[in-house]
Amino acid sequence: MAKIIPAPPALPCYHCGEDDKSDNLLAYGKSFCCRGCKMVYEILQQNGMCDYYSISKNPGTSQRIQTREDKFSFFDDNKIAASLIQFKDEARIHVNFYLPQIHCSSCLWLLENLHRLEDAVISSKVNFERKEVDIVFDHRRISLRKIAELLTDIGYEPYISFNDMGKKMPKVNSDKIYKLGVAGFCFANIMLMSFPEYFGIDSKEQDLLVLFRYANLVVSLPVFFYSASEFYTSAWKSLRHSYLNIDAPIVLAIWVTFIRSVYEVLSGTGGGYFDSMSGIVFFMLVGRVLQDTTYRQLSFERDYTSYFPIAVTRVYEQRQEAVTLPEIKLNDTLLIHHQELIPADGILTRGKALIDYSFVTGESMPVEKEMGEIVYAGGKQLGSNIEILVIKEVAQSYLTRLWNKEELGQEKKGAHSFVHLLSRYFTWIVLSVAFFAAAYWYIHDTTRMWNVVTAVLIVACPCALLLSNTFTNGNILRRLGRNHFYLRNAQVIEDIAAVDSIVFDKTGTLTTGRYNDIEYEGSSLSAEQKQHLGALADQSTHPLSKAIVAWVGITDNRKVMAFKEIAGYGIEGIIDGELISLGSRSFVTHEKNQMPDGSVVFIAIEDELIGKFSFRNQYREQVPALLTLLGLNYYHMAVLSGDNAGEKKFLRNLLGSHTTLLFNQDPSDKLNAIKLLQADGKKVMMIGDGLNDAGALKQANVGIAISESNNHFTPASDAILAADELPKLYRFILLCKANKKVVLAAFVISILYNLIGIFFAVRGLLSPMIAAVLMPTSSISILLITFGLSNYYSSRLRLK
Amino acid sequence: MSVIIILLIVSISVAALFLLAFIWSVKNGQFRDEVSPAVRILFDDKPAEKNEIPNLKQAESK
Repeated sequence: MAKIIPAPPALPCYHCGEDDKSDNLLAYGKSFCCRGCKMVYEILQQNGMCDYYSISKNPGTSQRIQTREDKFSFFDDNKIAASLIQFKDEARIHVNFYLPQIHCSSCLWLLENLHRLEDAVISSKVNFERKEVDIVFDHRRISLRKIAELLTDIGYEPYISFNDMGKKMPKVNSDKIYKLGVAGFCFANIMLMSFPEYFGIDSKEQDLLVLFRYANLVVSLPVFFYSASEFYTSAWKSLRHSYLNIDAPIVLAIWVTFIRSVYEVLSGTGGGYFDSMSGIVFFMLVGRVLQDTTYRQLSFERDYTSYFPIAVTRVYEQRQEAVTLPEIKLNDTLLIHHQELIPADGILTRGKALIDYSFVTGESMPVEKEMGEIVYAGGKQLGSNIEILVIKEVAQSYLTRLWNKEELGQEKKGAHSFVHLLSRYFTWIVLSVAFFAAAYWYIHDTTRMWNVVTAVLIVACPCALLLSNTFTNGNILRRLGRNHFYLRNAQVIEDIAAVDSIVFDKTGTLTTGRYNDIEYEGSSLSAEQKQHLGALADQSTHPLSKAIVAWVGITDNRKVMAFKEIAGYGIEGIIDGELISLGSRSFVTHEKNQMPDGSVVFIAIEDELIGKFSFRNQYREQVPALLTLLGLNYYHMAVLSGDNAGEKKFLRNLLGSHTTLLFNQDPSDKLNAIKLLQADGKKVMMIGDGLNDAGALKQANVGIAISESNNHFTPASDAILAADELPKLYRFILLCKANKKVVLAAFVISILYNLIGIFFAVRGLLSPMIAAVLMPTSSISILLITFGLSNYYSSRLRLK
Repeated sequence: MSVIIILLIVSISVAALFLLAFIWSVKNGQFRDEVSPAVRILFDDKPAEKNEIPNLKQAESK
């Protein structure tokens, strides 16, 4: 800050890096895009915290949209505040906020130095991956509301939703990790103490051998009773549903191994196979943990409650008070502010509503509502404040009901992994081998029969299959994650591989949701007129105005006089003495009773209609190519759109004649369309982005939510895909299909080890040494094969 | 022979120490956020040239 150079106006905003020059501010030798950004800078500068700006460049987020002053007034209500607080004693409150703006090291620095801005903050700790901050503060000196406002003032407005109510810190389930640690500890020690068994020991030191055996027995107890319980619970669960999953034969093998080993040690006949048992438990847990690596920063479970605000303003006898959603009663009057979501169905009683239903219907244009009309929950009010009279409580509202539909509440009928099926065949084969070996030895040497039977069961447990499956799944999940395609769990890989029908949502999924494709129709415009239009449109922040500005390409600054913006209708102003209006037909021509005309903007100069702009959502790059590719590979495709049928022809050309194109679909229509396909025996993949697709995403065999950025909220789904990576979809599907091949290949190779083991086992010759060599080599070769093959496939598909 | 037993006890207890350390680190949440600690460590080394006044304030409040 030593040199102060007046910044030229072309510089991006010092705070957020935004390049918009429309209302540039110059202050302190820096340039700011808006007042909000400048205010944040001032706060930080006064507190000597400008390090914020030196750690990362332009670390802030745009403050263009100002937060309403009393937005956090609901914190004054003790009940609401209590539902958000995690811990409270006489002096301190612990609270956890979700701050979607966290994105760089500056954010981390600033948020962890909150105590320098506010003395009453005792500590603040950021969890970067979850974008959360844990704040401890002295509630005698500052209120919770003030903390939230402080965060908002420095550009980190907490996101607080209905879902947060009563939410305690989610307990991170680390059980599996502990089990893994214990199993690893026991495995290594048992191996160490088994060396006398492997290599023999001087007969004079037999006592030592016995001591080691008992020590092994003791150390294996935690593995048997604690670490392996992972498999017991899972096997028991599936047995109760009268289904035999892969864990059942594994539990059988573990028990047989353990019981036989205990018997051998106690009877003094041998050293048992404690090393093999703890080894397979250890490796299988490694596989499970790898496969279960979840993406902590993502949530696959969001429902409407994470979108709804925690509280709204109720107007009651001229007073305003904050109420939580469940407390909203019939006939309450609610005050809905700009940018706020309508939480319950109601009748508009005051103000002019311009409601953005994109959230519910996917229709991208805001809808106007007059007083007396019904507004549905889930719409976002734009513009001025409105009041609504509640006619249905939150739980009864259209959107909520859609969500709580019974069939959606049920778990997906689990398509069971092929691995379980395979393990069943495998188990039968093993059991019959054991049976024939037993019969043979019963005839020849009865004393060795049990020895042989148990040895066969030990060697032939399907742990190789489980290992190859979990390792492959884990690696493929990670490869997909590196390409920003995040799956909820490993089963989704197989579900994707099985898909034969793909349904797309249009707005926001196939298209970007921005209006970049503009077409002008009407009498030709001179360069001068174009500049006039641009200057006028530049005054408004409406997405269509922005698009017009981009289309015109402003070259010089013109003065706009008498600018007027009527939300939902249009804008007008006088430029170089000419009155220009842009907007809906009724607005520019002053004629009444015109039909609403969607994504079209009319132009009038001096009240004379001269032309119109039509806007089209821009298709994502390479998406047409993807659709063609999928069509060539015999995928049945469909497009469900909440929008009007304006682009039917274009899509028809792109997708060919045998695809289903449905328009004006509301959320339940979409759900039913998926059901219809499934009734035809199709395995459906649904790709969508908004809450309006939520039902369909849940109903489909695989629901993929498209996400524009990390902060973007995605509805509950099986997978989350970054929007830019959508063109790779076909390659992702191919990789998921390769999954099965890799598992089988690894399995076949590992069976070779089992065959060697069985070869020894049926003859009653399985020595601890052979078992101790076979087990780890088999596990490690599985590991190498699965990682090698799945990496080979993904690099052949040119995936990262 | 007795040496081996002592060695055995020592080796198992050392291993058990590591196991406890592992369990403690998981419980402590050291694997819960893998990004911020790496960034956080860089801040402490920063010279606090501009921060003198707020630092004083902080000292007073403590």
